[in-house]
Amino acid sequence: MAHASAEHAHDDHPDQPATGIKRWLFTTNHKDIGTMYLVFSLIMFFIGGAMAMVIRAELFKPGLQLVDPLFYNSMTTNHALVMIFGAVMPAFVGLANWMVPLQIGAPDMALPRMNNFSFWILPFAFTLMILTFFVPGGAAAGGWTLYPPLSIQGGDSFPMVIFAIHMMGISSIMGAINVIVTIVNMRAPGMTLLKMPLFCWTWLITAYLLIAVMPVLAGSVTMLLTDHFFKTSFFNAAGGGDPVMFQHIFWFFGHPEVYIMILPAFGIVSEILPTFSRKPLFGYDSMVYATASIAFLSFIVWAHHMFTVGMPLAAQLFFMLSTMLIAVPTGVKVFNWTATMWRGSLSFEPPMLFAIAFLFLFTIGGFSGVMLAFVPADFQYQDTYFVVAHFHYVLVPGAVFAIMAAVYYWLPKWTGHMYNMTLANWHFWLSTIFVNVLFFPQHFLGLAGMPRRIPDYAVQFADWNMVSSIGAFGFGLSQILFAIVVIQCARGGKKATAQVWDANPRGLEWTLPSPAPYHSFQSVPEVK
Amino acid sequence: MSDAHAQSADSYYIPHGSPWPIFGSVTLFTLMGGAISALNGWLPAWSLVPGFVMLCLLFIFWFSTVIGENQRGLYNLAVDRSFRMGMMWFIFSEVMFFAAFFGALFYARELAVPWLSGNGVKVFTKMLLWNDYAGSWPSNGPSALGPRANGSFETVPALGLPAINTAILLASSVTITIAHHALIAGHRGQVKFFLALTFLLGFTFVGFQAMEYHEAYTELGLTLGTGIYGSTFFMLTGFHGMHVTLGAIMLTVIWFRIMRGHFTPQRHFAFEAVAWYWHFVDVVWLGLFIFVYWL
Ligand code: HEM
Ligand SMILES: [Cu+2]
Repeated sequence: MAHASAEHAHDDHPDQPATGIKRWLFTTNHKDIGTMYLVFSLIMFFIGGAMAMVIRAELFKPGLQLVDPLFYNSMTTNHALVMIFGAVMPAFVGLANWMVPLQIGAPDMALPRMNNFSFWILPFAFTLMILTFFVPGGAAAGGWTLYPPLSIQGGDSFPMVIFAIHMMGISSIMGAINVIVTIVNMRAPGMTLLKMPLFCWTWLITAYLLIAVMPVLAGSVTMLLTDHFFKTSFFNAAGGGDPVMFQHIFWFFGHPEVYIMILPAFGIVSEILPTFSRKPLFGYDSMVYATASIAFLSFIVWAHHMFTVGMPLAAQLFFMLSTMLIAVPTGVKVFNWTATMWRGSLSFEPPMLFAIAFLFLFTIGGFSGVMLAFVPADFQYQDTYFVVAHFHYVLVPGAVFAIMAAVYYWLPKWTGHMYNMTLANWHFWLSTIFVNVLFFPQHFLGLAGMPRRIPDYAVQFADWNMVSSIGAFGFGLSQILFAIVVIQCARGGKKATAQVWDANPRGLEWTLPSPAPYHSFQSVPEVK
Repeated sequence: MSDAHAQSADSYYIPHGSPWPIFGSVTLFTLMGGAISALNGWLPAWSLVPGFVMLCLLFIFWFSTVIGENQRGLYNLAVDRSFRMGMMWFIFSEVMFFAAFFGALFYARELAVPWLSGNGVKVFTKMLLWNDYAGSWPSNGPSALGPRANGSFETVPALGLPAINTAILLASSVTITIAHHALIAGHRGQVKFFLALTFLLGFTFVGFQAMEYHEAYTELGLTLGTGIYGSTFFMLTGFHGMHVTLGAIMLTVIWFRIMRGHFTPQRHFAFEAVAWYWHFVDVVWLGLFIFVYWL
């Protein structure tokens, strides 16, 4: 199992990174690579955010005013692709790169060269995607789900998007392999699986999901490509294929994918809540089992995205019930987090604030999910803003808040400085208020029947759309504070101690000085 | 760079600074850019060439670096274990890639085609769209897509070349296992012979497959455009054939390494990785033989 790995890492290393651009191009160091992932993700967050601002500006009032409908559609499509594959997933991989070796007491990731490879594919993949805006026919505009036949009718951007997705897939698979191998093979002696911090656990399971479903996405987009260019009939009924088949294959990837974006967030919250509640995590083992069951269930619920395509009744029932079943392990988690805070001596540093907001707001998203899981109700909700509200609640105050909580939690460990708490608090409160102003009204819009992916709407939807847009601009602007806090902290500030937080956080990462040395755990730490 | 840091064998080897990953990223970008340009008709098909050349160079450079480090004894058992696990998970990802295409095959055969023929609740599909279509497998759909004017096509009989190819791959699985046991027992002469036999069988398989494709295109009316049957048939066997080709090349590389005296009875990760990969393409083939050719 774990051991021999870390015996004692090398003595003759230069303890300093290389200088200049070469450091970043050639690096094999998990901290450098983690930093690159996180910075990349932040840039993508702002690019994707800019697209969201265009969307909300167009929807500010009824009528077509700012952009033409095709461009609008390319905004929704690319906003989703950039946020999912460019912002959220790389952020989690960046956090894994930084924290997994530190938390399990390993000298680095298990396969360092491949680690660098998986990062550097991403900027190229997204260059390809952004370039689609400049080719004849414009960028992809058929929705991030790429449903045929619409997606196949794209212009020159079509193969570009497909190959960009292939590159992102290759990157994710390699990243995931690295995480699994590191966790399974590189744990310090004594760090048994059930002593592992939950962030590592959730990432281990996420990595498994990634390796299982990214190839399926690759397969499905390959079929799109051959349908377009090589006369295959996978999704062409005239040849005996079926466009609905794409949806099945896509969502076989797509549903586990949404858990790929939330399980590491669960892990992060499970680290932060105990620290600032000054209590151990309630129900550690059940957290692990709940995560594993969610991962398992996520493979058998995919068709809840397709209730209205005309499936046999038996299939609808099966997918409805299996989807509702996920609420059980999810409920276990929410219960455990709440119980962790119960009678704790809480303090409200920025990471804790974000974690608590996560707990409340993610749960709202979970509730709307259960509503959507109910077939007859979903007939009504499908393709409305209610769905948009649902997944934004789980993804923004869910996944994105967890990422921010993680950054606020570990940033002093990375940079060696404390950050500006006042500004971070402002960032928290503004984000939390505006995110609700932004997304809560979308529930009402959806229930009233406003369709998604539409640049114009009937006048009865005007009020709540305006509210939502105001929330969006507020939320977007607040994120500038985040960038400022992070940049300031990277440049200097009050020195952080090894413990960073006076709440005495547990875990190996806090035994290292802040900033963590370039090569950590040169000698193997002891785990009791 | 990497070479500068010789390390004691009991520590986990971590390379320092490597140009190959970033070269690999540029390679992928070039390759994909070439494919896009060719598909969109921006450039002729040769635009794929630079990417392929770079890809070959990438493999050569990256693997020689790793092989060199290995020969210098930098990798301890923990590193070896990392490589093994990495390879296993890589193979698992490949399994899932094939699963997507098998899934498409089953879905089309068991659901899409019957539904198009009005089965189950889909009676309106039949009435309104293709009233005279009564699909049964193999099918090229209600519009009978394909090269022949009358829309007919024939399938490759399982008991011809495919059966021979099955025998070939199964035999190659046996030969590589013999080679592996010989390596462990230290009989390097045997290893050389059986390993060579393995990749020769592999290349023979690919040759037969090419003959089969030729026949399908010229005589059976079976092409990639022959409806859903042609799509699933060629995509499944085609991706499999690519994997066999790659596997056979890997076997050849391993054979050259054996000839150079690499590997010990205890430590021969690369050999095992290639062997696993070979068994994997073998198992995929069995699936193909049963579900694509036979049933
Ligand atoms: C209790 C757990 C959950 C349940 C029961 C659930 C249920 C559903 C259902 C039934 C839909 C389909 C709605 C429709 O299109 O009509 C849906 C959509 C969606 N869900 Fe969830 N969900 C849950 C949690 C999550 C989580 C944790 C995430 C991500 C972090 C997520 C992300 C999404 C996304 C992105 C979509 C929309 C995809 C699209 O059509 O573009 N969901 N959810
Ligand atoms: Cu889902």
